[in-house]
Amino acid sequence: MSESSQPVEAASGGISTRTMEIVVALALLAIGSLVVYDSHRLGSSWGSDGPEAGYFPFYIGLIICISSAVILGQAIWGKVGKRSTVFVEWQSLRQVLAVLLPALAYVFGIQVIGLYVASAIYIAGFMRWLGKYSWFKSIALGVIIAAVSFATFEIWFQVPLFKGAFDPLSRLGY
Amino acid sequence: MEDIAALFHGFSVALTPFNLLLMFIGVSLGVIIGVLPGLGGANGIAILLPLTFSMPPTSAIIMLSCIYWGALFGGAITSILFNIPGEPWSVATTFDGYPMAQQGRAGEALTAAFTSSFVGAFVAVVMITFLAPLVARFALQFGPPEFFAVYFLTFCSFIGMGKEPPFKIMAAMMLGFALAAVGIDTVTGQLRLIFGWHELMRGFDFLIAVIGLFGIGEILLSMEEGLSFQGRSARIDPKIVIQTWKKLPHYWATMARSCLIGCWMGITPGGATPASFMSYGVAKRVSKDGHKFGTGLIEGVIAPETAAHAAGTSALLPMLSLGIPGSPTAAVLLGGLLIWGLQPGPLLFVEQKDFVWGLIASMYLGNIAGLVIVLTCVPLFAAILRVPFSIIAPVIVVICAIGAYTVHNAMLDIWFMMLFGVAGYVFKKLSYPLAPLVLALVLGDRAEDSFRQSMLISQGDVRVFFSNFLVGGIMTLALVLLLWPLVSRLRASMRKGGPAAAT
Repeated sequence: MSESSQPVEAASGGISTRTMEIVVALALLAIGSLVVYDSHRLGSSWGSDGPEAGYFPFYIGLIICISSAVILGQAIWGKVGKRSTVFVEWQSLRQVLAVLLPALAYVFGIQVIGLYVASAIYIAGFMRWLGKYSWFKSIALGVIIAAVSFATFEIWFQVPLFKGAFDPLSRLGY
Repeated sequence: MEDIAALFHGFSVALTPFNLLLMFIGVSLGVIIGVLPGLGGANGIAILLPLTFSMPPTSAIIMLSCIYWGALFGGAITSILFNIPGEPWSVATTFDGYPMAQQGRAGEALTAAFTSSFVGAFVAVVMITFLAPLVARFALQFGPPEFFAVYFLTFCSFIGMGKEPPFKIMAAMMLGFALAAVGIDTVTGQLRLIFGWHELMRGFDFLIAVIGLFGIGEILLSMEEGLSFQGRSARIDPKIVIQTWKKLPHYWATMARSCLIGCWMGITPGGATPASFMSYGVAKRVSKDGHKFGTGLIEGVIAPETAAHAAGTSALLPMLSLGIPGSPTAAVLLGGLLIWGLQPGPLLFVEQKDFVWGLIASMYLGNIAGLVIVLTCVPLFAAILRVPFSIIAPVIVVICAIGAYTVHNAMLDIWFMMLFGVAGYVFKKLSYPLAPLVLALVLGDRAEDSFRQSMLISQGDVRVFFSNFLVGGIMTLALVLLLWPLVSRLRASMRKGGPAAAT
């Protein structure tokens, strides 16, 4: 229930639940409309040999639009919206972003330098800056975990993982 | 009798040294997964699934289902010792389990939790043994309309029984269906919903969704709460085990009730989490010590644990006999079946006897192995939780990324995983349910196929879904469940309006 999410005064600062409800409902409405649009393009009626490709998704899209419209209405005019609850406080949001942004950088890192190297750097960096560990401990653990996953996947299970656009490990013969 | 013989044959399949080894590995991995925040039954299995592609299917499913049992057991450890539910279904266990640990009765609470979980699972497995073949035999007569009706029933019961706002359940579920439709249409071969982006041709794999929604989303959530682990000491003295076991038979009525609730909630896709809360609530109401619940009562540990395991286990019944999973984890196992080239559904009992009965036999053995492992190794597993979050969090993100990549060897999937992670975080905070989204994503194509086939049979006439007693009955039941929130709201407003009008 959205009422139960956090009955905190909006004064303590943060994004309000109502704003978030509206944003998500609008996003769903957009997705629903996209589905309806594309299904309609493919043909959402009865073809010569039975239902066309867009037949089923058309209604799915329609239901998404209807339910998100209702949620949107409830968020704007409903009781839930009027009570000012906080979706996430700025302080908490900062903590969440402190995990999310490095994780995104990590995925970008995988794309460029491959999974193993990126993982080692990511774990070491996370421990160093968020966990305040010493450089030595951070780097050691990062390298160990990357090495263990390398041994597990490349050698033991023979499932090659993504090496990245530059593939720094190729210098080592892999 | 035929089924008993089949079951014994199953034991002979499951009881090879290799499979037994996998069972122990599976349960241990499962407990670790259950103890760690951000890794749970569903995404843990999803991550490990690609590693089993090269194994024979029976061994693979034995290992994966044992991970599931382990995860079910593992949730209780963190609830009782740390007051942190490792899994959503063990939230109710914290109510009485943690107070018991604070009073220095951690060993007693853990023993009670493990033993009652075992009992719950055992009852559910016995039920599967006898009921699943019957259901499968019955379902052999099903045509496309009947199958669509059963899918429809599954999804309607989410709306009818879910505790989230009905429109949010509907939106989440339909989002799952829409994501399932992305990619090549299996019937006409047309490309759907890719908007010229050809990398989307493969569609969205539900394993990616599971890893993102439950894994990354969970990490973001627990980061926001700022986890600080303050654990109680965890050692289980054999003497305490025996003492607790002597006490447990007193609570047979609680256990029996919880088993019933659990089995029911597991077969209908209510799932383990609501089952554990419901069972706790019922036990509190019925027990003569009801007012003392929450202060460290052993009954308050037994009730939710029994029900959670009974539900978690019986969720496999519809998965095996109808091909319709009762929980996200069962859905992941079902995805595994498809990958190993087995067609889930009633025919599985006819065509893949070894597989089905090997799995059922392994459920008995796996739960025994689980009980032994958790009773003996609690201190070890509890030690994992003392590793600080700033080490665990990045390691879990790395594991999730590896898991997402190995599903299709596609870099793009890792990005999607992050996207699903953020979506999971937002959805969870706004109480959009994730389970129906995942189930819709898994079942989307097959629900659509059965719908289209039914429409072909009837030449577009919707009355095909009421054409005979069976399909009509299922559809009616589904519609009743669908409209249930409306009915109960009407009743509530009438009751509220009643006395007011009288005065």
